[in-house]
Amino acid sequence: MTVATQIAYADVEVGTELPAATFPVTRDTLVRYAGASGDFNPIHWNEKFALEVGLPDVIAHGMFTMAEAARVVTDWVGDPGAVVEYGVRFTRPVVVPNDGTGAVIEVTAKVAAKLDDNRVRVDLTATSEGKKVLGMSRAVVQLV
Amino acid sequence: MALDQSFVGRTYPPTEPYEVGREKIREFAEAVGDANPAYADPDAAKALGHLDVIAPPTFVFAITFKAAREVIADPQLGLDYSRVVHGDQKFAYTRPVRAGDRLTVTSTIEGIKSMAGNDILDVRGEVHDEAGAHVVTAWTKLVARGAEEE
Repeated sequence: MTVATQIAYADVEVGTELPAATFPVTRDTLVRYAGASGDFNPIHWNEKFALEVGLPDVIAHGMFTMAEAARVVTDWVGDPGAVVEYGVRFTRPVVVPNDGTGAVIEVTAKVAAKLDDNRVRVDLTATSEGKKVLGMSRAVVQLV
Repeated sequence: MALDQSFVGRTYPPTEPYEVGREKIREFAEAVGDANPAYADPDAAKALGHLDVIAPPTFVFAITFKAAREVIADPQLGLDYSRVVHGDQKFAYTRPVRAGDRLTVTSTIEGIKSMAGNDILDVRGEVHDEAGAHVVTAWTKLVARGAEEE
């Protein structure tokens, strides 16, 4: 497999910031994600159930947040196949109220290390309502 | 109730193959609002060197987690699934998942810990294609929150 990307390893420094992005999340988003991913846990769409298990409201799928954060990396490199490692810790749920507005996930990322073989480590931050929702969020990306 | 430690290191037989379809990838990419052409347009994917449309990095979780759920549903393990939350998730890719793949998952329980009243379970899923070549490994940490003091 050849990995074609627009970003050259030589042009990237430790500290290089990737273009940040914000991702809105509504109940509609969560229903679509449930269907596409097969994760029908009612905490992601049923307010009554979410409250019964002690949550403040319906929360987004952690894997939805992980997928959105990845977009900052894949939009940067162009070829999603350039992602060779990706990991996160789910530190806090993204609460999605049924108010027509929902929530917003804000993602920033920067190059944290230059590795061998033209690879870089990108560290990501994802917040919602000013609070961190992902921790230890890192991707290793193959550049050219 | 503490989990049965004898499950650590246990590996389960590979799952039946999951066939990755172009339209399922498209549906997933639309659900996360991702318009990257490599997910929907075979020509765009081929221009990047892929054999067919590829899946977003986290797409494979649906397959590995289904396999992990079968493992953790074992009543002998003693995990209360209604109290489980997702702690950590990591993937390491040999290549991206692509349309036409027939993928099997081999799950291993890597660790069982008890911390602050919570049960912590680490499951590794090795994903291989029909030719037996490695595609991706998924590590999933599940935390079963401790029951309230009675």
